[in-house]
Amino acid sequence: MKKLALGLAAAVLALACGSAAAQKKYDPGASDTEIRIGQTMAYSGAASIYGEVGKTQAAYFRMVNDQGGVNGRKLNFISLDDGYSPPKTVEGVRRLVEQEQVLLLYGMFGTATNSAVHRYVNAKKIPHLLLLTGASKWNDPQRNPWSMSFYPDYASEARVYARHILEHKPNAKIGILYQNDDYGRDYLRGFKEGLGARAKSMIVAEASYEVSDPTVDSQIVQLRGAGADVLVSFSTAKAAIQTLRRVHDTGWKPTHYLAQGAALIGAVFNPAGPEKAIGVISTAYSKDPNDTQWENDAAFREWLAFMKKYRPEADLRLGSHVYAYSSARLMVDILRASGDNLTRENVLRQAASIKAVQLPMFLPGVVVSSSPDDYRLIKSLQPVVFDGKRWNRLGEFVSIF
Amino acid sequence: MQRRLFPAVFLVAIACALPFALPSYAVFEATLVITYAVALLGLNLLTGFNGQISLGHGAFFALGAYTAAVLMEHAGWPYWATLPAAALLGGSLGWLFGRPALKLDGVYLALATFALGVATPQLLKYKGLETWTGGSQGLVLMKPEVPFGLPLDADQWLYFFCLAVAAALFAAVHNLLRGSVGLNVVAVRDHPIAAAAMGVDNARIKTLAFGVSALCTSVGGALSAIVVQFVAPDSFSIFLSITLLVGAVVGGLSSLQGAVYGALFIQFVPRVAEQVSKSAPWAVYGAILIVLVLLWPTGAAGGVRHLKLRFLARSKP
Amino acid sequence: MNTLLPQLAAGLATGGIYASLALALVMVYRSTHHVNFAQGEMAMFCTFIASLLIEAGWPYWAAFAATVAIAFALGAAIEAVLIRRLRHAPVLSTVVVFVALLVILHSISGWLFGYAIRSFPSPFPEAGTGGGLVSAHQLGAVGMTLAMLLVVYLFFRHSPLGLQMRATAENPVSSRLVGVRVDRMLALGWGLAGAIGAVAGMMIAPVVFLDVHMMSGVLVYAFAAAVLGGIGSAPGAVIGGFIVGVLENLVGTYVVGAELKLTVALVLIIAVLVARPNGLFGKAVVVRV
Repeated sequence: MKKLALGLAAAVLALACGSAAAQKKYDPGASDTEIRIGQTMAYSGAASIYGEVGKTQAAYFRMVNDQGGVNGRKLNFISLDDGYSPPKTVEGVRRLVEQEQVLLLYGMFGTATNSAVHRYVNAKKIPHLLLLTGASKWNDPQRNPWSMSFYPDYASEARVYARHILEHKPNAKIGILYQNDDYGRDYLRGFKEGLGARAKSMIVAEASYEVSDPTVDSQIVQLRGAGADVLVSFSTAKAAIQTLRRVHDTGWKPTHYLAQGAALIGAVFNPAGPEKAIGVISTAYSKDPNDTQWENDAAFREWLAFMKKYRPEADLRLGSHVYAYSSARLMVDILRASGDNLTRENVLRQAASIKAVQLPMFLPGVVVSSSPDDYRLIKSLQPVVFDGKRWNRLGEFVSIF
Repeated sequence: MQRRLFPAVFLVAIACALPFALPSYAVFEATLVITYAVALLGLNLLTGFNGQISLGHGAFFALGAYTAAVLMEHAGWPYWATLPAAALLGGSLGWLFGRPALKLDGVYLALATFALGVATPQLLKYKGLETWTGGSQGLVLMKPEVPFGLPLDADQWLYFFCLAVAAALFAAVHNLLRGSVGLNVVAVRDHPIAAAAMGVDNARIKTLAFGVSALCTSVGGALSAIVVQFVAPDSFSIFLSITLLVGAVVGGLSSLQGAVYGALFIQFVPRVAEQVSKSAPWAVYGAILIVLVLLWPTGAAGGVRHLKLRFLARSKP
Repeated sequence: MNTLLPQLAAGLATGGIYASLALALVMVYRSTHHVNFAQGEMAMFCTFIASLLIEAGWPYWAAFAATVAIAFALGAAIEAVLIRRLRHAPVLSTVVVFVALLVILHSISGWLFGYAIRSFPSPFPEAGTGGGLVSAHQLGAVGMTLAMLLVVYLFFRHSPLGLQMRATAENPVSSRLVGVRVDRMLALGWGLAGAIGAVAGMMIAPVVFLDVHMMSGVLVYAFAAAVLGGIGSAPGAVIGGFIVGVLENLVGTYVVGAELKLTVALVLIIAVLVARPNGLFGKAVVVRV
């Protein structure tokens, strides 16, 4: 009898130890007390404005730690500066993976910078998640299963505008202003694909500009002079502000489509003068922090409280903070879902099986989801038009794929 | 004689032992230091020994890097074969640039090379060259494999490869400077009129200096492309040219060792600056630079020389 | 070609921007024979100060005057603390220090003022003129530049202080021997350059909008302007600025495309320096051996 009881007890104990050992699995970067998350970001140089994203993400992780961490583990977020220079990105990533021993790489910014390391991270099987870039190449689970971006796909967004023009202004003469880098060129390509056979006949002029150009006046003159009555701007904030001002000042009144990254009330429309942006059409996936319609929204209030407490010095006009908050929230959700199985493979699996998550600062209805064949997290956008004070919906959600 | 060789041999021994003592990513960083040292060798030669200021050497670095990348990616050349091509292209373009530069002195040359450095990324992104250069997306390269089945990993092999190339180039430039060419180069810097009066062909010396300098920096660029395995226009902005100049000055301009000290500075100081202030690393970088220029114009190499003199002088009877 | 006239107008307007910064460059050059690579960043920094003052409630012209005074003090301080020590250093050291200044001012501005883009008010009325070719502000800005040019020109040509400054730049040793306060002249020169740069910044900001990178793209073109006009000549720099602005626009639009504009500036600088090193209006300098 005693022997049986002992035997049973031993068996139970063995089972318990065995399953306990099976429950907690760690890859380098994870332990009982912490999860190490690595990132390189442009904190210096020409793209330094994006450093704000990294800072807000760090603040979010601090908040999570203050609230007890993820499944009892503290998040150790190591973010290095790469100055938007690919060689520095390579250095930083190798240091993060080989010396700092991070579990995963998160939220890295830029196409060229991420391109420099994607072969390395896929070879070493490091999750390379929620990248801040909308280039189409990042959602290719066949070839790069470890890399996943979290941003509306540029080319697809451009196709939304193309379709809208074909539907509502089939006889339009289109002038395009685009930034001369992979951001602008990706948009341009998608736009032309969206117009299909009619691209050649509808596009009357294309003008590019460099980020370092002092003004875009010359390009606007060129586009107007070509007879365009629809202006499509694939630009970032500064050029967008100058464009709005210049278009208004010259008395030109085209229908103006603007890339969503530059369609911000506080950072772009207010400096230019909000009355100059009336009628601007764009797409949106998240709540514009300077749009008064969200003033009493619970999620907005929560975001604002977070910013006031954890990043009081931040400039709330920038779109970076809403994005960073949502992205960090998603990352924490993925880690939480990984439970005690903090292997790189499991984290990736969780990231590739997100089921219809409605992030609080995203527009109601824009859900985030992924599957092992489809890494494109943001699948729909809401076309919007600006009325001088707020964004109004322009029709229904559009699926961008 | 043996006494003088001893420190050199010692250093070489350390350099060879490093890759076995350090972890992989540190070997990678050390290899980057070597590529910068080669690039700075060129800049030191031009600006330190020959007195021609260049704020645009990033352009030659980019030239070498893209030469290596394009040949490897589109023509399937093995990585080591791209070096002579980069050297040739860099040398010729440097020589060609040196010809109009003959008429530019001091600050004007700085201005012209500054414009070159600023224009480089835009040129690299040019639509017309896109099929070759990959445009803004850049080119991804394959990592070189360890040949002959040597018992090294890829990072270690690259380190020794770059070390060998660097040693060869340093030796070549050292020999060049030791001979009459070297005397002429320095003479043209210090007193061009007297040099001309003594029969030195100033124009030839200056364009030669430009050509050799561009050759070295170009090879440095090619090596860095092979080590980083990626080239894109964003890697070669005006900040790169400024960084190279900073490295040259901090390392010590009129000395070949200065190139090594400068490379160490460029590689490791930004990380230190980042610790001090995440938001303004370049500000700290610039401040260090000003302090060094004001207090120690001969740079690190000058400081080392100073120390050596003090110790060696004491040990003599 | 119904875009030619607007392109010309746009080119002249942008050229005005280059001209005003080039004027500051010339100021430094004439008083110290240095080319200040950090001129653009100094101007941007001071414009931010003006923006902060205006945001704090100061009326425009009060903020303008205060900023000009601060810019003057900043320029003079930089000369006294930094540049003076390099008096006998090789050209390279001064170039390196200027570049370091550029980098320091750029990062500190980002850290102090943030990266959001701001609008900057213009003292000139909002109305457009010439059928929307050029805004009233741009005309006003050009006018301001020309006014500064006049002041600088008259200062150097016809005032005893200007003469002392020119003497100091030409031959500091001899100037000291005849009683010119060399140190004071150098600081004054830099102070004036700082002030001109600040005014340039405040005229430029309403057009291009104020942010940390405002002057980064302008510097090369300002160099091209100064070189083209003759780096020792103030009217030359201003005219050079307009020419560069128009040329860049026309060549960029009709010949090589906007994607090679910087190369155009590069080629221009080299061509001018090689073919006519003293620029269009500079005087040929004969050096005694």
